[in-house]
Amino acid sequence: MSHPVAPATGSGRIRTPLPFPTAAKPAVADTQLRANLHRATRTIRAKRARVVDEVPDWEALRDAGSAIKADVQRRLPELLEQFEASATAAGATVHWARDAAEACRIVVALTRAAGADEVVKVKSMATQEIELNEALEAAGIAAYETDLAELIVQLGDDTPSHILVPAIHYNRAQIREIFQRRMADAPADLSDEPAALAEAARAHLRRRFLSARVAVSGANFAVADTGTLVVVESEGNGRMCLTLPETLISVVGVEKLLPTFTDLEVFLQLLPRSSTGERMNPYTSMWTGVTPGDGPQDVHIVLVDNGRSAVLADPVGRPALSCIRCSACLNVCPVYERAGGHAYGSVYPGPIGAILSPQLTGVADNASLPYASTLCGACYDVCPVKINIPEILVHLRQQAPHPPAERAAMRVLAWVMRSPRRWAAALRLARTGAGPLGAYRERRTGARTLRRLPWPASAWTRSRDLPLPAPQTFREWWGKQ
Amino acid sequence: MRIALFITCVNDLAFPATGIAVTRILRRLGHTVDFPADQTCCGQMHANTGYRAEAMPMVRNYVDVFDSYDAIVAPSGSCTAMIRDQYPRLHPPATSVAARTYELSELLVDVLGVTDVGAEFPETVTYHPTCHGLRMLRLGDRPLTLLRQVRGIKLVELADAEECCGFGGTFALKNPDVSTAMLTDKCARVRDTGARVLAAADNSCLAHIGGGLDRHRSGVRAVHYAEILAETGAAS
Repeated sequence: MSHPVAPATGSGRIRTPLPFPTAAKPAVADTQLRANLHRATRTIRAKRARVVDEVPDWEALRDAGSAIKADVQRRLPELLEQFEASATAAGATVHWARDAAEACRIVVALTRAAGADEVVKVKSMATQEIELNEALEAAGIAAYETDLAELIVQLGDDTPSHILVPAIHYNRAQIREIFQRRMADAPADLSDEPAALAEAARAHLRRRFLSARVAVSGANFAVADTGTLVVVESEGNGRMCLTLPETLISVVGVEKLLPTFTDLEVFLQLLPRSSTGERMNPYTSMWTGVTPGDGPQDVHIVLVDNGRSAVLADPVGRPALSCIRCSACLNVCPVYERAGGHAYGSVYPGPIGAILSPQLTGVADNASLPYASTLCGACYDVCPVKINIPEILVHLRQQAPHPPAERAAMRVLAWVMRSPRRWAAALRLARTGAGPLGAYRERRTGARTLRRLPWPASAWTRSRDLPLPAPQTFREWWGKQ
Repeated sequence: MRIALFITCVNDLAFPATGIAVTRILRRLGHTVDFPADQTCCGQMHANTGYRAEAMPMVRNYVDVFDSYDAIVAPSGSCTAMIRDQYPRLHPPATSVAARTYELSELLVDVLGVTDVGAEFPETVTYHPTCHGLRMLRLGDRPLTLLRQVRGIKLVELADAEECCGFGGTFALKNPDVSTAMLTDKCARVRDTGARVLAAADNSCLAHIGGGLDRHRSGVRAVHYAEILAETGAAS
């Protein structure tokens, strides 16, 4: 089977069950969560800024990364076929999945064929996206996350709230509590020291690595000319999963392609500095099909579309597929910092999630996300592959279904503002109408501001005073000279 | 040089003092300015909220009204960014007039080559670089360069200055909780400076931050930096 011809929308955990403003409400009110997010994002963005400043050709690297990804998007079908041929020639088996359900069915079937009832997992956004763990569980197969943060989230029956730091919303006391409650082999006197928590997880996972016969991974990059898959990680648990089991199943979004092996040079510089603020990530694992007598002898690659072809079909939104999941945009986003990742309702939170999720599902199914941004532009500035997130947000807002009352108000305002004559009259009217009220407020409070207004203006006056029109507009002042 | 004022809709209605200040500064520097009365709005609110079709007549009106001028100055980083960044994409004939549209500090520093506008303002002032001025127009420290030349001024640094205040146009209404959380943090940073005046290049952001400061009775006044540059210390 080849990649899908007709773009289909994606499924899985990429839909917001609640509109963003509603979902953000509890997070904004949770002072502990706000403090956790503030401390974590602040630390990581300062670290990123430091190590990026060290690279004299950072801007050139960003341009190169952006250009390579644009090239991939221009000839994705051709590169996918090349990748399939290279990987197959190297001994891997390539599978194609149109959507989340199809991808899950393939992985379940492969795991069963390997005779396994459990898999160890390398941290992977693609498998989170297709809700693979849930599908495996439904099929009677236990999936064990081996990334420390993913393990914390899994044990806590929670979902990740950050691409890179899935447990960013927890502090170490909360993590200790989860371990003591859910990790049977956790030491009784476990402290909340990061080293002690990591050691407890290490001991817990060791047994799993040694017994697992099937591992499931994603891939940061898939190289078309060699058929190589690349996983970049910092704990070494990924390396264990990628080398010890007999069967390796890698679930890879079709946009992860790079044309040539030498292109990795650019991305292995951009990714660690943008994501963890490190000069080089500790573990870079690359595998090309099967190497006899070394590592997994049964290697499968599931190439997942799940809405990506639909994104590719939109020339303005397409650059969202350049994302290398570094999460620099999350860490710098003031909205993410206050709302947290769960408010985005998708495995892709933050600014990239606000453009990627609605594109994967179709904008109508995630209509609040393109508005979950002030368009401040901080995300665009840090993006290692120069995705113009604000531009795509505005583009998606054109496609979002608009509330009827808002549409009516915007149309009336536009009708007034398109005509200089009507606009001048409206200014006069607003100034005259507010005149007595403004004067009254000025006498009472010393300022021409309102403190409380009925809905919908109450959204403004709940937290800030509203300025009233001035006693004289600018054009009136100008006319009197 | 024929300089036109684009005063912007919000300034015209609610903050006329800013446009008056821009007029005074430019006249004091010996320039003649014009205010074409047929101007309305740049269309940013409509375009950024997802109403591009509704914004287009405003875009075309801007081109009609301003195309004959050598330079157009707007006391708003946000509206200037709309015109310079979005107009050429929305309406290619706007490319030339968009390139001749400047935020006040760009006009003064880059076009007119002035950093000392002869102002005097004996107050403690902190400056918030608004997002569109900072990251779309790349104003850099042009406004601060102008403020540093003001006699009697004491400029104090704002912590986390480059972080958005949470206004974001209709964001403040569509996401009131997150917007308020951002505003609260911004107001706290402003109060921490001990400044009596908060200056910025956008009255919309200032209405939001100033509205928050007033709500908490902070005693800090929010003003467009043009109004500081217009002050001469003499009774005017």
